[in-house]
Amino acid sequence: MASEAHSEGTGLVFHPMDQFIVKPLFGEGQIEWYTITNVTLWMALAVVAVVVILVFGTSRRAIVPSRSQSIGELAYGFVYKMVEDVAGKDAVGYFPYIMTLFMFIVCANFLGLIPMSFTTTSHIAVTAVMAMAVFLAVTILGFVKNGMSFLSLFWISSAPLALRPILALIEVISYFVRPVSHSIRLAGNMMAGHAVIKVFAAFAGVAVIAPLSVLAITAIYALEMLVSFIQAYVFAILTCVYLKDALHPHH
Amino acid sequence: MATNTSTATEAATPGMPQLDFSTFGNQIFWLVVTLVVIYLILSRVALPRISGVLAERSGTISNDLAAAEELKANAVAAEEAYNQALSDARAEAAKIVASTKADMKAELDAAIAKADAEISQKTAESEKVISEIRATALESVEEVAKSTAMALVSALGGKEDAKTIDAAVSNEMKG
Repeated sequence: MASEAHSEGTGLVFHPMDQFIVKPLFGEGQIEWYTITNVTLWMALAVVAVVVILVFGTSRRAIVPSRSQSIGELAYGFVYKMVEDVAGKDAVGYFPYIMTLFMFIVCANFLGLIPMSFTTTSHIAVTAVMAMAVFLAVTILGFVKNGMSFLSLFWISSAPLALRPILALIEVISYFVRPVSHSIRLAGNMMAGHAVIKVFAAFAGVAVIAPLSVLAITAIYALEMLVSFIQAYVFAILTCVYLKDALHPHH
Repeated sequence: MATNTSTATEAATPGMPQLDFSTFGNQIFWLVVTLVVIYLILSRVALPRISGVLAERSGTISNDLAAAEELKANAVAAEEAYNQALSDARAEAAKIVASTKADMKAELDAAIAKADAEISQKTAESEKVISEIRATALESVEEVAKSTAMALVSALGGKEDAKTIDAAVSNEMKG
């Protein structure tokens, strides 16, 4: 019966999560860690997009920038200013890492909006690795830069003494929740938006509500464009905030 | 239809693909590769180039601003020089006017003095002539008086003593 529904597709057939399935790009079979999958393809396309924006776009090195060069410079200035403003002037050395994360997420998010594409950032495995990398890097950096005084991040000296142990407990918990929220925020946003679009797309199969469905898809698509950028921005700015905590743990 | 949908959904999605742990290794491997590649591209090529362009641009802008500042300073200096020249010319003109006035005054004074001198000379000459005339007139009066007195004396029948009559007349005229 299930295969019947699949092959005919007469009724309302929802496969909102099928778009997230990881498949080998060539042939079938087991997915090993080295298998070239649709993940590989879309990540490679993200690399291509980054190269086009930041390398090809700026290849003329014009004093008066062309449009494509303006985009590259805008992205550079945007992230640079964010690092400088949020994490402080001494964090500028970490700017390439944050730029890497931001450019990858923004490109992967927008590539994911192409119909029939695969959204790599909608996978918790991807975002969790990035979030854990940020978390570990920031924690290690904090201890290397500040030694044990990094722990004063959890000891809020401006609070009344009686409250400090409780606050310290809350601070420690929230510190360890950071990578979870950091990763799930991005993956969840991307997955939800794409799934909703897919659901509305399935409704478009019914002639009566098709116009409404198309309108809804258009509206959500616009919203998703916004979300794609905002989530990349949020990921980057939270990274900057964590970095600031590591460099300046004293409140 | 409802049953169709539910069974189809169940069959198609055995759960969230995001939680299919068998693909995690693959995704993580390719993610790491991707991030490393992007990092290398950014740190080796893209970011130095863009920061170079931005630095060059700000350098050009500040150079242009400096050049504009210099031109402005030049313009101000030129205006000052013009004003200076103008005030110099004014001062020169005033000086010329003053010296011309002084010259004219001196000439005028000289002419006046000369005229005064001529006038006083002429006055003196006239006075001399007048005094001469007056002197001759007095002499004539004395002569007439003497001769008249002599005639009177002789007519009255007196002795014509010229000396006595002259002395008397002179004496009478002095007094």
